[in-house]
Amino acid sequence: MAALTREETQALIAEVLEVYPEKAKKDRAKHLMVNDKALESSKKCITSNRKSLPGVMTMRGCAYAGSKGVVWGPIKDMISISHGPIGCGQYARGGRRNYYVGTTGVDTFCEMNFTSDFQEKDIVFGGDKKLAKLMEEIEMLFPMNKGISVQSECPVGLIGDDIEAVSKKMAAQINKPVVPVRCEGFRGVSQSLGHHIANDSVRDWILSNRDGQAFEKTPYDVAILGDYNIGGDAWASRILLEEMGLRVVAQWSGDGTLAEMENTPNVKLNLLHCYRSMNYISRHMEEKYGIPWLEYNFFGPTKIAESLRAIASHFDDRIKEGAERVIERYTPEMNAVIAKFKPRLQGKKVMLYVGGLRPRHVVGAYEDLGMEVVGTGYEFAHNDDYDRTMKDMGDATLIYDDVTGHELDEFVKVMKPDLIGSGIKEKYVFHKMGVPFRQLHSWDYSGPYHGYDGFAIFAKDMDLTLNNPVWKMLKAPWLKDEATAEKKVA
Amino acid sequence: MAKLRQCAIYGKGGIGKSTTTQNLVSALAEAGHKVMIVGCDPKADSTRLILHSKAQTSVMQLAAEAGSVEDLELEDVMNVGYGGVKCVESGGPEPGVGCAGRGVITAINFLEEEGAYDDELDFVFYDVLGDVVCGGFAMPIRENKAQEIYIVCSGEMMAMYAANNIAKGIVKYANSGSVRLAGLICNSRNTDREDELIIALAEKLGTQMIHFVPRHNVVQHAEIRRMTVVEYDPTHKQADEYRTLAKKIVDNKKFVIPTPIEMEALEELLMEFGIMEVEDTSIIGKTAAELAAEAAAA
Repeated sequence: MAALTREETQALIAEVLEVYPEKAKKDRAKHLMVNDKALESSKKCITSNRKSLPGVMTMRGCAYAGSKGVVWGPIKDMISISHGPIGCGQYARGGRRNYYVGTTGVDTFCEMNFTSDFQEKDIVFGGDKKLAKLMEEIEMLFPMNKGISVQSECPVGLIGDDIEAVSKKMAAQINKPVVPVRCEGFRGVSQSLGHHIANDSVRDWILSNRDGQAFEKTPYDVAILGDYNIGGDAWASRILLEEMGLRVVAQWSGDGTLAEMENTPNVKLNLLHCYRSMNYISRHMEEKYGIPWLEYNFFGPTKIAESLRAIASHFDDRIKEGAERVIERYTPEMNAVIAKFKPRLQGKKVMLYVGGLRPRHVVGAYEDLGMEVVGTGYEFAHNDDYDRTMKDMGDATLIYDDVTGHELDEFVKVMKPDLIGSGIKEKYVFHKMGVPFRQLHSWDYSGPYHGYDGFAIFAKDMDLTLNNPVWKMLKAPWLKDEATAEKKVA
Repeated sequence: MAKLRQCAIYGKGGIGKSTTTQNLVSALAEAGHKVMIVGCDPKADSTRLILHSKAQTSVMQLAAEAGSVEDLELEDVMNVGYGGVKCVESGGPEPGVGCAGRGVITAINFLEEEGAYDDELDFVFYDVLGDVVCGGFAMPIRENKAQEIYIVCSGEMMAMYAANNIAKGIVKYANSGSVRLAGLICNSRNTDREDELIIALAEKLGTQMIHFVPRHNVVQHAEIRRMTVVEYDPTHKQADEYRTLAKKIVDNKKFVIPTPIEMEALEELLMEFGIMEVEDTSIIGKTAAELAAEAAAA
């Protein structure tokens, strides 16, 4: 059951759009829909991946964020240079909590900020020489790096620096991969193009580096794609795959290494968690190396079991049995989690607004806890994401693309969810409105949420947030008497 | 004291903007005016005749050495040459790298912040790179900068095309600010009826040919010695031409929002003066073989 009927939801959309000028109203109307599970394609009901309107307070990021922040940044033994002025690199430094094993500054580098720190003179005279110098210094100070990527900030694209030439020259000099990435922030409408550009640069500069080299294969080799190990997510996923008998050759890119990525063309199956950010490279490997890829979902026991079986179906009986064994082993544990938390969360309504995969992938985890997702949306999705989302969401639920500050505020006021899952930019707005809120980008400094272990933490966190007594203490002391008085009257 | 007049000199590359500007400025200085030249070209060759130097060390060059423009003082970048003329070059990168436009913006902002435009000055001349390729090279004509623009041109087709294009650029800034076209300076190439042609073009653009500077070898003779004619041979009649130009600019009151013309109108003008031949549209898109076949048939 949705929070509102189809007609009510449609009326809500119309009402929320009312404040916009005519042109904005027309545009924004295309990005808002009432879900209809019966429909095959989202094409007719929602528009996505379009330029945001000025003045609406979009929550989107940029191409640099998509490339440096998401795809390249978590590769732990490579150094990403934020090429340009200092801010982009400084604010993209370990902010997504991509956990990794290693000694930062010695053999791993994710939390560090390497930047060419552009000054006025670098804009005027070009930054190529500085970039080469920076790479020489990196090689001298951090000799255990396995390679370098150059993440272009906006000015690099404006002044026409030839980072490709510098990269080629320095790759020969240090005898390691040096990857120029043209992810200038002004390209595209959101971080989504940054994912694509990053995927393309992996394809062009990394993926075929070990083609033809010896690799001891097994029939059970897989790679995890699109898991950034936020709060340890990839680890909680990897143990399940290994327990069912698969060999995980690579993690892209959370806690991943350059060597893992270079060896990925040897796997039997690519397992794709975040479709949006890594479908491009999955498709490429399918085309070039004939490796099939499979989307899976490791949020909540129902989806995990479905996914484990779907993964196993690509392998022999040994793996199929392995999958059943894993499911069987964790089911009692999961039942205990559900028995504990479901009574405290049952029937609660959730609204989501997140990024690449979570607006649809976490729906099952909430449903396992007896909760219902009544509204969801993506910052930077394309229509293939919405095609998938429509299947996972209930009928007549609200779906919003690149939602604006005004729209989300108003939707929440009317739909009155018991919990909102979104990002740091939204968090305090809803805290001030007195609505329980979890960050679903960073897991609110908790996690992992993937896998069986992750679900136990997820359930506990949702309970902690939702049933926190603080929500009953939000009235200012001088307003309290009035409120209790009103309550008594009512 | 009269208000500071800021003038920008534009024109097709190689037309003689820098030479004309420096000769003009030296004539102004000779007449007792306080003048500053700001070179807005990465080649930094806008002040060499005033300073008798090869190329003045530029703002951006010094900034790169010092670390940033904030580390510079006005006296580091400003040299004084013939007749007390103050000289600054914005400078910029070698061809093919970086952003020369940003160099112009940085340098002009620096001059403003450091108070280079002091009360003593009567004139500032910006000598700008031939093609206004990006916003940086339009910096001198933005709000509160140059109000008068002089376009150096000659009776050659490409120079006139360029003049018309520059007029288009001025319209944009004229409508939003106070910049105006102040006249065309004809730097003669000794083509036929050149003066009449430029006068006709000026009329169409809604402006004037402020002066016709005849061609004379003495300009080159002076230039080889890194001098202006006014300094090298003050008694030469060519020096008087620059003095006349200077006088006309001092007295100039005709500042207009230009009315650039369509390409067709410009071509008609060129045909009228025999610079361009009447186009034979029957031959467009035909190969040599086709034309030969047609000729044989006729």
